Amino acid sequence: MTTSDLAPIEASVARAPRRGGRPPSGRRPRVRLAPYLFAGPAVVLYVVFMLIPVLYAIYLSLRAYRLQAGGTFGRRVEVFVGLENYVGVLSDPELLASFGRLAVYGFIAVPLTLGLALLFALLLDVPAVRAKRFSRTAIFIPYAVPGVVAALMWGFMYLPSTSPFSYLTEQAGWGPIPFLTGPGLFGSLANIAIWGGVGFNMIIIYTSLRGIPDELFEAARLDGANELQIALRIKVPLVGPAILLTTVFALIGTLQLYGEPMTLKPMTNDISQTWAPLMTIYRDAFLTDNLPAAAASSTILALGTVVLSLIILGIVNRKRFGARS
Amino acid sequence: MTATGVRAPLSATGRPAGRPAWRTILPTVILVIGAIYCLIPVIWVFIASTKSRGELFTTFSFAPGTGLFGNLADLFAYGGGQFGLWAANSVLYAGVGGVLSTLVSAGAGYALAKFDFRGRDLIFYSILAGVLIPGITLAVPQYLLLSQLGLAGGPLSVLLPSIISPFGIYLSRVFAASAIPQEILEAGRIDGASEWRIFRLVVLPIMLPGMVTVFLLQFVGIWNNFLLPFVMLSNQGDYPLTVGLYTLLAKGSGAPALYSLAIIGAAVSIIPLICLVLFLQRFWRLDLISGGLKG
Repeated sequence: MTTSDLAPIEASVARAPRRGGRPPSGRRPRVRLAPYLFAGPAVVLYVVFMLIPVLYAIYLSLRAYRLQAGGTFGRRVEVFVGLENYVGVLSDPELLASFGRLAVYGFIAVPLTLGLALLFALLLDVPAVRAKRFSRTAIFIPYAVPGVVAALMWGFMYLPSTSPFSYLTEQAGWGPIPFLTGPGLFGSLANIAIWGGVGFNMIIIYTSLRGIPDELFEAARLDGANELQIALRIKVPLVGPAILLTTVFALIGTLQLYGEPMTLKPMTNDISQTWAPLMTIYRDAFLTDNLPAAAASSTILALGTVVLSLIILGIVNRKRFGARS
Repeated sequence: MTATGVRAPLSATGRPAGRPAWRTILPTVILVIGAIYCLIPVIWVFIASTKSRGELFTTFSFAPGTGLFGNLADLFAYGGGQFGLWAANSVLYAGVGGVLSTLVSAGAGYALAKFDFRGRDLIFYSILAGVLIPGITLAVPQYLLLSQLGLAGGPLSVLLPSIISPFGIYLSRVFAASAIPQEILEAGRIDGASEWRIFRLVVLPIMLPGMVTVFLLQFVGIWNNFLLPFVMLSNQGDYPLTVGLYTLLAKGSGAPALYSLAIIGAAVSIIPLICLVLFLQRFWRLDLISGGLKG
């Protein structure tokens, strides 16, 4: 569906969602209740499971437990503390370090996932290429594998005692490859994300490529352009919106990193309990019982995701409008 | 598969003669390398699942072992049949959650695309904002909220939050806007059909291809989810496969015997989903996603 009415995602992102209900245009005065009934379940679920949790997290993040002196035993009471939790969380070296690790991981995983997805999509779209069906299916298969299971499978392929790669290097006398220690860990974790993400993104970009009318390429071919030039000059710019969308999804996915390091954790000492931000949040919420701190970190993480997505969408919008004018 | 290392005669490539063969071979080779990269862990886990406990750590990774049936028996006997329970839970959460989510999304998408009503823009833009909020950062506040309601801990605490999918609503709206002709709705109204009847008999059949896509995305998304059930569930018997396999592995660091269980469990758990995705691949309308952003 190449509906161009989907500019709203961009519009909505460019302009904050501030417009309230506008008066019905009166085109169909007969229908009043029906749309509310159709949209009702979604709205109720949205409010209960997204809006209220977000507001509740923000509320919690502004409060803290205090021991109230007085009497023989101190009483634990909840009080309003303003932004204190945010200050605490943002100056927590462990959380900051986990954001640092996440950034390193993201800088490896996101460009490689999207770069490979774009490369494979373009190759699939080259008329002369063979074994397309096989390759497309094989590259898409990891989409069906949960991140935790992917981490489990790769984990065993990293673990020196079961790794086929380390087996080969050991036979060659070089010793095992340090997949799970030191800087190698970043690459190993990123590899799991790349493996799991390339196929789905490839299909999105490829479907978008298939939507481009053939005449565009025919004209270029007649003019003597080769496939590489066609790919770089015509195809890549035209699938820009799909690349943008996949970038945003890849970024959101990166910030949610949790299951993979959790799964690898039993296999290595180099993954601490606070390796990724969400692991720190989980620890605060459930192990050390510091809900306000967990709520503050959750809010920061969610806000960071939204802001990053808006920046990307905004940059691309500006570029596009700049090119148009 | 066919043309890789072989220098295929140019005529066989179906291209005009005179072009160098590497233009076919090089891209094909790169693509096939990508395919092999994606298949290696899957092949590895299937081979490793045939190894007995001793073979796992002693024989070369890609050499098949002799313990497949022993491993399978161990897997399904573990904890009094917990693995089967986890699999059933995954099917329940992803199946029921996916179907409900698809219906809710279809109704909302239809309303947003085909009706003018007060509050429509507010709803639409709120839902769009929801697309950008990572579902996982909601898990902790959702848990706190559900535990206030006394729902946390049970299967409903995983099922209910899975039903709302901003992205599914968004896709349904795209599909409804482009696929449902306004005239058909007007015709139904003139004939005196109720809005519900029009939705059920006219709109839903038209939206079916879009709904299959939304269902698959939701099904796979719920099936693959780890943090939400991990946070919510307190009872091992309610775990889905992801959380169950994780606990196997986490315990395995103390008892390597569980490693072979985790491996055979991983192998068995990915078979149905790979089959489902491969089978339903042709019904996907992923152009919905990519086309949706064409500006």
